[in-house]
Amino acid sequence: MKRKTGGPMSAGLGAVFMRGNRFRHNFLTALLLAPATAWLVVFLVLPFIAIAVFSVGERAPEGGYQAAFTLAQYANLPARATAFWNTMMLAPVGALACLLVAYPVAYYLALKAPQRWRLILLALVVIPFWTSLLMRTYAWMYILGGRGIPALLAFIGIEDVRLINTPGAVLLGIVYGYLPLMILPIYVSLERLDRRLLEASADLGATPLSTFLGVTLKLSLPGVMTGFSLVMILLLGEYLIPTLLGGGKVFFIGNALVDLFLQSRNWPFGSAIAITLVAVSVVVLIAANRISTRVSGTRRVDLI
Amino acid sequence: MTAVPDIEFRGVTKRYGAVTAVTGIDLAVPPSAFVALLGPSGCGKTTCLRMIGGFEQPSEGQVLIRGRDMAGTPPYRRPVNMVFQQYALFPHLDVEANVSYGLRQARPRLSSQEIGRRAGEAVEMVRLAGYGGRKIHELSGGQQQRVALARALVNKPAVLLLDEPLAALDKKLRTDMQIELQNLQREIGITFVLVTHDQEEALSMSDFVCVMNGGRIVQLGQPSEIYDEPADLFVADFVGKTNLLSGKVAGHTGDLVNVALADGTVIAARKRTALQKGESVSVSLRPESLSLGATEGSPFKGIVRNRIFLGSTAEYAIEVQGIGTLLAKADHVIGHSNLFKPGEPVAIGFASGTPLAFPEIKNNGTNQRVAKNVEIIS
Repeated sequence: MKRKTGGPMSAGLGAVFMRGNRFRHNFLTALLLAPATAWLVVFLVLPFIAIAVFSVGERAPEGGYQAAFTLAQYANLPARATAFWNTMMLAPVGALACLLVAYPVAYYLALKAPQRWRLILLALVVIPFWTSLLMRTYAWMYILGGRGIPALLAFIGIEDVRLINTPGAVLLGIVYGYLPLMILPIYVSLERLDRRLLEASADLGATPLSTFLGVTLKLSLPGVMTGFSLVMILLLGEYLIPTLLGGGKVFFIGNALVDLFLQSRNWPFGSAIAITLVAVSVVVLIAANRISTRVSGTRRVDLI
Repeated sequence: MTAVPDIEFRGVTKRYGAVTAVTGIDLAVPPSAFVALLGPSGCGKTTCLRMIGGFEQPSEGQVLIRGRDMAGTPPYRRPVNMVFQQYALFPHLDVEANVSYGLRQARPRLSSQEIGRRAGEAVEMVRLAGYGGRKIHELSGGQQQRVALARALVNKPAVLLLDEPLAALDKKLRTDMQIELQNLQREIGITFVLVTHDQEEALSMSDFVCVMNGGRIVQLGQPSEIYDEPADLFVADFVGKTNLLSGKVAGHTGDLVNVALADGTVIAARKRTALQKGESVSVSLRPESLSLGATEGSPFKGIVRNRIFLGSTAEYAIEVQGIGTLLAKADHVIGHSNLFKPGEPVAIGFASGTPLAFPEIKNNGTNQRVAKNVEIIS
């Protein structure tokens, strides 16, 4: 009954080396993640905690925050019901309008555009991002304003057309501003689509329309849901476009937040609204993920 | 009375811009045949298959399916189905939905019971019963192959097209699938058109092999014909293993041509085309046509360099002075150690068949010889 000693010994030695390796590996991982983590903690997690704490506090008499524990701010949410309602309408409608414009563009870029033009056309989609949204929205103010398109229409005899400060102008601004964010994820998922699947579908007797509905659309759904949730979440906090192109007449949550934090200095109430907005965003994200998982069978929703 | 061919190519040429993929293809595939399009990559075999499927349109000529000209008919209106390379199964659908995809496209619509019944039959035919609810990525390569087959057969096509169907499988599975495909074809009795670059696959499965090179059909025939009587040097070299010895025509004896090899040995060979005296030729000697250890009438003597023992046979690389290395194949009889050892001197004779002499291919390019009006008569 002799036991070999070599085996366990060398295994033990190996484990020591392994542990050393793993330690070094973990250290390296930590080092690489540290800057991003620090950034997120300082500028996202801590402010979020602060907002969460504020939201259960009270407004100090001179404005700002006063420590307390009350749900009064949340109970007071219906006071801004109109802003919530307007936002909840604007965000999905805006995202949907964006989607309807973006999908054909992405489809053309990914499947129809000649290979050598593709990169240039894609760059053209992104280039507007180089100018700030504020500048571009100002440009639309001028285009839609009295001396823009209405003046041109008046010139050919169509008088008294009002474009600026209408819901239509806001929708136009939204589609214009967020189009690239919708095009890119859809483009990526369409570009990755295996063309032979389309041939297989045609081979099995599917007309181009049913191939599109049964294969192309379903397999690009992760991109669609990514773009949709991306645009919708940004629209939930949108402030600029409704203010400039809608004339600030329709009140959105973004406007409410600016008002509460900067003008009336009711930080706790503003915080409660902000927290509610975050909760809504999370619900939107989860729902979008669920839908694309169920239909296209992939769990991945790539953020570009 | 000849039956209407299932597939017919009439003078088909396909060009992509300045590149000509196939040139002047004439081919008629009789009903219920298993035909293989065999050739190296870029020979135009896949282009031909895609023209049958409707994914490419011929630049010239006609493609007919069961006597009907298919010009302008899109893939979804053709009575053929394809098993794609790497299968192209729908990743978002399960096995059942993949198989029934074609049935759900039928207009007028089929009842859901009908769809379920026929999809079930197809799944059973490829022995995948019980896998209906599986996702595609949960299946092995062999199982995916079966799903692709069931999906293509569920619409009861007139012709099944197979684009390198076994390329993605490992060797053992490939052999099994070869037998299974052959059985399947006999069972359902429709025409199978197989595209492959694997000569073994083409020879083992099909009733007819159509060898292609440089966008043309080089030879059409039964597998044994292709192997035994290659039409030219390309086919002799591409199909099966062979020894190609260069030499010059020294004279003629009856139908045979006498070829003087590099070392001065003169051997008698059959020929396909008229050969002039002094013309450079290549003589094809199949490894199994050589016999080892023969004493009388052995044209070559050499030294065994390598022995590749394969069980039922053994292959030898034998160095022959002035000629080069010859590959010879000898049957192995269990219990009889008739194997030669590396380093052993050995005499080489002809066991069977007469060698074939072909004109040397010039400039090493594609073979320009055109086989005209090739047709299978069954």
